Amino acid sequence: MNRQSEDCVIEIEEGIKVIPGAGAVIAGIDKIANWGRISSMWPAVFGTACCAIEMMTAGSSHYDLDRFGIIFRASPRQADVMIISGTVTKKMAPVMRRVYDQMAEPRYVIAMGSCACTGNVYNTYSTAQGCDNFLPVDVYIPGCPPRPEAFIDGLIKLQEKIKNEHLRWSRWR
Amino acid sequence: MPEQKGKLRKKELTINMGPQHPATHGVLRLELDIDGETVVKCTPHVGYLHRGTEKLGENRTYLAALPLTDRLDYISSMANNVGYCLAVERLFGIEAPERAKFIRTMASEMARISSHLLWLGTHALDIGAMTVFLYAFKEREWILDLFEMLTGARLTVTYPRIGGVRNDVSEEFLSSLYKFTDEFPKNIEEYETLIDQNRIWLQRTKNIGIITAEEAVNWGLTGPMLRGSGVDYDLRKYCPYDAYDKVDFDVPLGKNGDTYDRYRCRMEEMRQSARIIRQCIEKLPEGPVMTPDAPKFTLPPKERILKDMEAMIQHFVLVIKGPVTAPDGEIYSAIEAPKGELGFYFISNGTGKPYRMRLRSPSFIHASVLPLLCEGALVADVIANIGTIDIVLGECDR
Repeated sequence: MNRQSEDCVIEIEEGIKVIPGAGAVIAGIDKIANWGRISSMWPAVFGTACCAIEMMTAGSSHYDLDRFGIIFRASPRQADVMIISGTVTKKMAPVMRRVYDQMAEPRYVIAMGSCACTGNVYNTYSTAQGCDNFLPVDVYIPGCPPRPEAFIDGLIKLQEKIKNEHLRWSRWR
Repeated sequence: MPEQKGKLRKKELTINMGPQHPATHGVLRLELDIDGETVVKCTPHVGYLHRGTEKLGENRTYLAALPLTDRLDYISSMANNVGYCLAVERLFGIEAPERAKFIRTMASEMARISSHLLWLGTHALDIGAMTVFLYAFKEREWILDLFEMLTGARLTVTYPRIGGVRNDVSEEFLSSLYKFTDEFPKNIEEYETLIDQNRIWLQRTKNIGIITAEEAVNWGLTGPMLRGSGVDYDLRKYCPYDAYDKVDFDVPLGKNGDTYDRYRCRMEEMRQSARIIRQCIEKLPEGPVMTPDAPKFTLPPKERILKDMEAMIQHFVLVIKGPVTAPDGEIYSAIEAPKGELGFYFISNGTGKPYRMRLRSPSFIHASVLPLLCEGALVADVIANIGTIDIVLGECDR
């Protein structure tokens, strides 16, 4: 925190300034919206296979995702980011797309694990070769399964991505 | 539906639970017909994680199919690896050396503890006790660290090999594991303090999801599901494999066959697992960890491949053809995985690849018992029932 004594403005984040006592914030609208978004990413859990266990581990006591403001939500309607952790089968793909469609915008997708990224060793009749066939993926986290540290790194990458976004006055992104 | 005048139609409401539901432990889908709060009919739908593992097994050599077994029951991948290796070893008629057997036993029991801890955490979380989840995952992290020390991987280990294990254990690992077995029983007591006397826990588990001993046997249940109903059946005792005949342990049994009894069974099993690991460390014999037949089944080290022609040829043959000494015939081999009896069935036609690989996964059989548990019960108890059968969909759908 950087207090500037002459005009009593506190810069709480790069480009976002607060005037204490006045209840006012000085910032570009992009900056302030992104700042709000990165600090409270609520993921809709879509654990399908092995990676879901590592995702749970990342959310539990040792790794503690709460410190990033990340709290798992069961309902897609209350979520900002969808974490696809595990193999996506052809039977599962329509369900996954439907859950994605239920999420409110802006929405992001993280493909966790090699199966969700590319299909991994499961090059079979029943497995979709990566969830980017039917979803716009923002961050890919490879690994079989990725360690919780790698998963957290993926989340931070997504935060950086959101930080640099510009607010577009259009309905589609 | 066309309305009929003067007649009040009464119909059950059909609700769909899953596949995206936090309490279904993966991608299980249940179709529930409910009348108020009572479940009239329950239809489980599986197959949302059908990855074609059995088919892939047919197209890979015996060596190359091993990593696929990790991803069946991914919570206890070590037990699957051991089951697979044992089945292939029995097919080829070879045996792992004594030291490898003890290491495998030890590692399988570590997998059992990790699986039961995850079960405890998620089951309690579903029923409404969040703290247990955080406590259980603390110790689970410890177990995963030990796995990493032993194998280099946390979850998908691929540690056992056909005819032994990949690498020997270090003294450092053994002493850390010994320390774990020292402290772990105290942690189990901690979990029990949290929920054993908890009135909500008791109300939600006692007399919920009762399976009688006869029903359990008829439905083909195994593992804690069967033992919770009081049937004394444990493959580790009655058909010992690896070093289970050389260690001393009890098989905990339930009485009523309800959710609470199964909970007690699993808690006691964790204590017994710690006991087995301790004995394994104490009795660990010296010697090699791979069978003398190993060159037929394992790839030679990379340095030798680059220098030695024989090793190069051996490497090539193993990768392209697989171990070609496979006899004709078929074999069923089962182990006691944390969830129940995990069986591998191979039909061999003398080539390096199985003609058919079939899995008898406990989760699939346990999922089939859900209608029996849920019909006539309340909707809230469906969650408790899904928790208590302890299924993993990777293994169920294969």
